[in-house]
Amino acid sequence: MKQKRKERIDRGIKARSDDVFSLNSFREMLYVAVPPLAPVLLLTILPLFLPSYWQKVLISTCVFALLAMSWDFLVGVGMVSLGQALFFGVGAYIAGVSNKILGLPIWIDLPLATVLGGVICTVLLTPVLRLRGVYFSMVTLVLPLMLERIIEATGIFGGTEGITGIKAFTNPFVESYVIIFVTLFALFAFRRLVTTDYGLVLKAIKDNDRAVMSVGINIYWMKAQALFISGCVGSFCGAFLTHVYGFVGMPSFALDYSILPLSSAVVGGMGTFAGSFMGAFILVPLSEALRGIGGLRIVLYSFFLVVFIVALPEGIFHYIQRKYQQFERWVEVDK
Amino acid sequence: MWEVALIYGFINSVILALTALGFSLTFGISGVSNFSYGAMYIFAGFASWLLINKLALPFFVSAAIAVFLTALLGAAMYRFVLLRVRGLVISEVIATFGVGLIILELFRYFGFSGFEYTLPVFSDGSLLIGNTYVDYQRIWIVGVGIALAIGLYLFTHYTKIGLAFRGIAQDEHTALSLGINSDRIAGLSVAFGSGLAAIAAILILPRGTIAVNDGYDVLINAMAVCIIGGLGSSVGVVLASFLIGYAQIMTDILSGPHWKMIISLIAILVILVVKPSGLLGKQKELEDRI
Repeated sequence: MKQKRKERIDRGIKARSDDVFSLNSFREMLYVAVPPLAPVLLLTILPLFLPSYWQKVLISTCVFALLAMSWDFLVGVGMVSLGQALFFGVGAYIAGVSNKILGLPIWIDLPLATVLGGVICTVLLTPVLRLRGVYFSMVTLVLPLMLERIIEATGIFGGTEGITGIKAFTNPFVESYVIIFVTLFALFAFRRLVTTDYGLVLKAIKDNDRAVMSVGINIYWMKAQALFISGCVGSFCGAFLTHVYGFVGMPSFALDYSILPLSSAVVGGMGTFAGSFMGAFILVPLSEALRGIGGLRIVLYSFFLVVFIVALPEGIFHYIQRKYQQFERWVEVDK
Repeated sequence: MWEVALIYGFINSVILALTALGFSLTFGISGVSNFSYGAMYIFAGFASWLLINKLALPFFVSAAIAVFLTALLGAAMYRFVLLRVRGLVISEVIATFGVGLIILELFRYFGFSGFEYTLPVFSDGSLLIGNTYVDYQRIWIVGVGIALAIGLYLFTHYTKIGLAFRGIAQDEHTALSLGINSDRIAGLSVAFGSGLAAIAAILILPRGTIAVNDGYDVLINAMAVCIIGGLGSSVGVVLASFLIGYAQIMTDILSGPHWKMIISLIAILVILVVKPSGLLGKQKELEDRI
C-alpha cells in the first residue's frame, strides 16, 4: 500500500524580501507586499462606507488594538500587566481635566495627555520595576482599582459623577482617521522597534535579565523606558476615547480595559504586534455583533483567553504566518 | 476608642489572615499564584446560599458541601487548565485570572446581587469585652481562624500529604525522585487553597451581603497580605495581616472607611521599595522578585 506524508518546506522569506530578489516577479512582489499592505488598505477604505454605528465600533476596535499592542510590548520586556486600565484611565483623566478645566483645545491636550500620561504611569510603577513575573502582575492589577477608590473617596475630578461636556471631534472622518493613523503607525513602529538593537536589549531583559545586567546595561532604566512607551500608547487611547464620548469618570479604570487587550493579544498571538492587532479586530466586532449577551462580554473574553492559553498558546497570527511561509504538499513515502 | 481599635483591629487582622491563608498556601507549595482566589471565595458563598435557600439544607451541611464543591472546582481548574501551562508563569497568571473572571462575571450576569443574598450567622447575640460589644460571629471567626492556623501547622508537619506538600515546596525534582507525584500534590494544593477560601467565605460572609465585587477585594487583600508578608511564608502572612489589619482599622477610625483599601496599596508600595522580598520572604529572593 502506498503511503503519503505531508511535506512542509519553508519559503525563503529572508532571501526573497531582503534584497533585490523580491523584484523577480510580480508574484514575489505581491507575496512580500500583501501582508503589510492589507491592514493599511482595509483601514483606509473602511471609514468611507461604514454606517455611523459601525464607525464607532471601528474606533473602539482601534483603541483596543492599540491597548493590546502596548500590553504586548510590555510582555516583550517581561512585564505582564493585568492593569492596562491604569494607562487608559490616567490618559483619560488628563485629557478630561486639561480640556474641561484648563480649557485646552483637543490638538494640544491629546499629545499632552499622551506624554504626561506616560510619565505619570512610569512614576507610579517605578517601585515595581524591580519586580518580575507574578509580583509585577499583582501590583498592576491592584493599581487601577486603587486609583478608582481614591477618586471615589476624595471626590477629586468630579468624583463618582465624572467630568461631562468634554469637547468632541467636530468631524467624524477626522476622528476615525486620527485613530486609524495612530494605530497603523504604532503597529509598524512597534514591529520595527523590536528588531532594532534597542528592541533586542529589551527582549534580552525578558529572556535573561542577569545577562543584560552583566554587560553593564541598567535594566531598570530600560524597563522604565519601556513602561514610558507603553504608557504613552495606553494614555493616548484613554485621551482619545474621552474626546469621543465627551465624558471621563471612574469607568475609565474599569476591568474591560485591562482584560480586553489581554484577550486580544493572547488570541492573536503574543510577541508580534500584528497578532494583537488581529486579535482586537476579531474580538471587538464579534462582541459588538453579539450585543444581545450584554453582561456576558467579559465572560466571553475570559473564555477565549483561557481556551487560547490552554489549547493554542501561539495564537492565530503565528499559525497563519506559518501557513503563509510554508509550502505544503503530500508526497509518497518510498520504502 | 482605643479599646475598640484594639479589639476590632485584632478581629480585622484575623479576617485578613483567613482570606490570605489559602492564597499563600497554594503559592507556597506549587508556585501557582491563584488569581481566581476571589472568585472561589464568592463561589463558596453563593453555593452555600443556594444549598440553604433552594434545597432547604441545614446550614452546617450546606457549608460543608460548599467547601467541598469549591475545593473540587479548584482541583478541576488545575486538572483541565493549569496542568497544561504549569511552569509558564505568564500563562498561569492569565489562565487563573481568566477562570476567576468567568466565574465572577457569570454570577453577575445571572443577577446574583441584592440584599437577600446573605448567609446566616453561626449564633446570634453579642459579647461584652470591656466596654465594647462584639457579636458572636466575630468571636467564631477569631476562634476558627486560630484553630485553622494550628490545624494547618499540624497537618503540614505530621501527615503524609502535608509532608509531601512541604516536599514539593522545597524541591520539586527531589520530591519527584522520592516517589511524590508532584502534579497530583500541586493539584491538591490548589484544591486546598480553594477550600480554605471557601471556609473563609462561610465564616466572613454572614457579616454582610454576598456581593460579586467582594471577589476582587478579597483577591486584592490576599495579595496585599502575601506581598507584604513574603509570598509562601506562613509566619509572614500572619505578621502582615496584623500590620494591615490594625492599619486599616486605624485609618477607618481616623479618616473614614473609603481610605481603608488604599492603606493596603500604600503598604504594598512602601514594602516593595524598602524590602522587595516582603517582611519574612527569604526563599528565592533573588531569583523570583528582583
